[in-house]
Amino acid sequence: MVPRFWRKIKYRYDVVGSHCENCGSHYYPKREICPRCRRRGKLRDERFPDEGIILSYTVVNGKIIAMIGLNNGAKTLAEVCADKVEIGMKVKKAFRRYGEDGEAGIIYYGTKFVPSG
Amino acid sequence: MKVAVIGVGCTEFGELWDKSFRSIFLEAGIEALNDCGLEGKEIGAIYVGNMSGGKFIDQEHIAALIADHAGLAEFGIPAVRVENADASGGSAFRQAYMAVASGMHEVVIAAGIEKVTDSVDPMGILSTSVDQEWERFVGANLPALYAIIARLYMHKFGTTEEDLARIAVKNHKNAVHNPKAQFRKEIKIEDVLSSEFVAEPLKVLDCAPLSDGASAVILANENTARKLCDTPVFIEACTQASDYLALQCRRDLLTMRAVSKASRDAYRIAKIDPEQIGVAEVHDSFTIAELLAYEDLGFAKKGEGAKLIREGEVEIGGKIPINPSGGLKACGHAVGATGIRQIVELVLQLRGEAGKRQVDAEKALALNVGGTGATAVVTILSR
Amino acid sequence: MIGIVSYGTYIPKYRIKVEEIARIWGEDPEAIKSGLGVKEKSVPDLDEDTATMAVEAGREALSRAEILPEKIGAVFVGSESHPYAVKPTATIVGEALGIGNGYFCADLEFACKAATAGMQFCFAMVKAGMIDYGMSIGSDTAQAKPGDALEYTAGAGAAAIVIGKDPIAEIEATVSYTSDTPDFWRRDLQPYPSHGGRFTGAPAYFRHVTSAAKKLMEICGYSEKDFDYAVFHQPNAKFPARVANMLGFKEENIAQGMLVRAIGNTYSASSLLGLCGILDIAKPDQRVLLVSFGSGAGSDAFAIRVTDKILEYPRNAKVWDKANNGVYLDYALYLKHRRMIK
Repeated sequence: MVPRFWRKIKYRYDVVGSHCENCGSHYYPKREICPRCRRRGKLRDERFPDEGIILSYTVVNGKIIAMIGLNNGAKTLAEVCADKVEIGMKVKKAFRRYGEDGEAGIIYYGTKFVPSG
Repeated sequence: MKVAVIGVGCTEFGELWDKSFRSIFLEAGIEALNDCGLEGKEIGAIYVGNMSGGKFIDQEHIAALIADHAGLAEFGIPAVRVENADASGGSAFRQAYMAVASGMHEVVIAAGIEKVTDSVDPMGILSTSVDQEWERFVGANLPALYAIIARLYMHKFGTTEEDLARIAVKNHKNAVHNPKAQFRKEIKIEDVLSSEFVAEPLKVLDCAPLSDGASAVILANENTARKLCDTPVFIEACTQASDYLALQCRRDLLTMRAVSKASRDAYRIAKIDPEQIGVAEVHDSFTIAELLAYEDLGFAKKGEGAKLIREGEVEIGGKIPINPSGGLKACGHAVGATGIRQIVELVLQLRGEAGKRQVDAEKALALNVGGTGATAVVTILSR
Repeated sequence: MIGIVSYGTYIPKYRIKVEEIARIWGEDPEAIKSGLGVKEKSVPDLDEDTATMAVEAGREALSRAEILPEKIGAVFVGSESHPYAVKPTATIVGEALGIGNGYFCADLEFACKAATAGMQFCFAMVKAGMIDYGMSIGSDTAQAKPGDALEYTAGAGAAAIVIGKDPIAEIEATVSYTSDTPDFWRRDLQPYPSHGGRFTGAPAYFRHVTSAAKKLMEICGYSEKDFDYAVFHQPNAKFPARVANMLGFKEENIAQGMLVRAIGNTYSASSLLGLCGILDIAKPDQRVLLVSFGSGAGSDAFAIRVTDKILEYPRNAKVWDKANNGVYLDYALYLKHRRMIK
């Protein structure tokens, strides 16, 4: 799993997604091909906005997992670090641990969100 | 070329502790062959829907295994496993349909099988159907994603947890009369509402169980069907569509576009409207999934699905009975077997052999969904 | 002119009170509070560690000065709680900040003074023309054995300092005072540090801090009167107050930097969080004395003069606001947060 995680570090440590210079769409996660423009698309990596709002969420295994609508129209699924959340709540990104590969394995860091007040 | 289903077989669905992967497949296959009086060597090809033999029982190459243990190795019949998460059965059925419709084969078997209880974490394995890198990584499993859909749906349309509970209650009620069902026991709305959360707002009784089970159907072209069978059930359409795998990539979280596309195509091919469907088996892996199916299959407008359940229209005896078998919720969800099990139920219904759960219908529809809706298979059958 | 061009801080939101820890061990909380001058300490969230806090502090530092990440030429992370024994924290920070691949980088360890050593490296590299900007981060989720006296103070936090030209606070001079003094240590593969009790005082903390401070003042020709503020490493609230007194400083010179009183000892971040607390309110031409201390042992001293540039530099949210906003944990949750129970 190490190479599989490592390959996506840039896109997990920060919300880096794809921007299509042809149609202006933003995609997260990163895409190789713009589904609107396909061969005519021009996708570039772009650092997405720090803030967004909670579109929907669930609580599973004691964690809040939310669909977050970023300010550029893209959506991202992430854990939210808060005691309580609601639809429409403003959040901003935070760098946190998602897990680890056992006591001796690597640590999986990534982007979570926290209330932005 | 018209294609018919001429034989059906299905094991009991549930926690089949004393039965193996190999034995449940045989049970369903033999029942299907007996149903139409075939010996076995007439079979031109075998299509097996199976989501994850590799993860559930550490066995790949299961199509050949099945042909072998079905005693068909001597005939060298080609066998293929078809995988589309929990739409594997529906997809296998579609491959079988195309094989006969194209004239390549006269008679084929479409089967589905999953043996989940030999594994430690069946829900974890089922959740490999969602995007591992961008959904599972952040802690979302399959119930969590459906829960996110359910929360947004309720927020937008004012539908309640009680409405969702009614779907589970209806399916349990139907399953009482299905001898193959896992839960032949009625439940009350309060039972659903007071059951533990799996992923808020979805509770244990909003979720289909993960079950062991196998099912098989025999397909034949029209000539052969009429020769072998007095009650052929014809396939009017069998369509499939795909959508973005990860929920976050979809523009509208509240519409399963694959379902609406596959069903629109199916209605067009069958030259019918949704109103003409007399019975449907839909993919209620979660209660919210059945609610979305009412709308995306065209039985209700978007946001108005809950009316059908509140007003009893989807019960046996209602305008459009849904999941008379008990559905995935109460009959059980044997993953790769489910899509075929739905066809078995509808064939029994159209033949008038469904016993106490019999509905009166000329045309029937099956909807089999993979994961959170990235695959949908719609089949329309008629007497 | 070379100095601090930006800074960022991170303090996790959880706290545990001295009373709660004392309750478990049957000790008198009032005696401990008056003995250490600490009433509570910061505790990281379950999914936080030295690397995550370092990233958050680093991000704040970059965004405040609107420095493009790729302009950062060096990243050093000082800590004694690096998540990996082997594998750098600083690469995690560099990647998360989007610095690219062409930067000087290392993890540093010198007990609680590794990050001020990192500032010296950055200062020297900027001065030598090797880099335009260098970032040194002190970040720690300090370990303490349950029941040990350290448990009352071992907190968590991070501070990131960006060094470059045209600063908001000029580094006028920096010196170090170093000796081999085993006052506090953690052997390889041991989960918790050991310490020499009262030996950590006079021969270790006081000797090194005062020697470095005096050496700096001598080089610059300054006396304590030339400094508006002084900030020292803060293992508890008593040591820095006493060392301030020894050097001739008053409470009013040190109070603004004494974050230890609110969040405990944040180890590698301790003296830097104090410095940031001072920079939050400092005015042009005010001068700050910064003296860190790392067990083992050594002190780095800095004479820092605030420039006019600080007037246009955004200084919210302030360190003290972050320190004063906490959510309290009981001892069982504290153990869970420190991953002592799983």
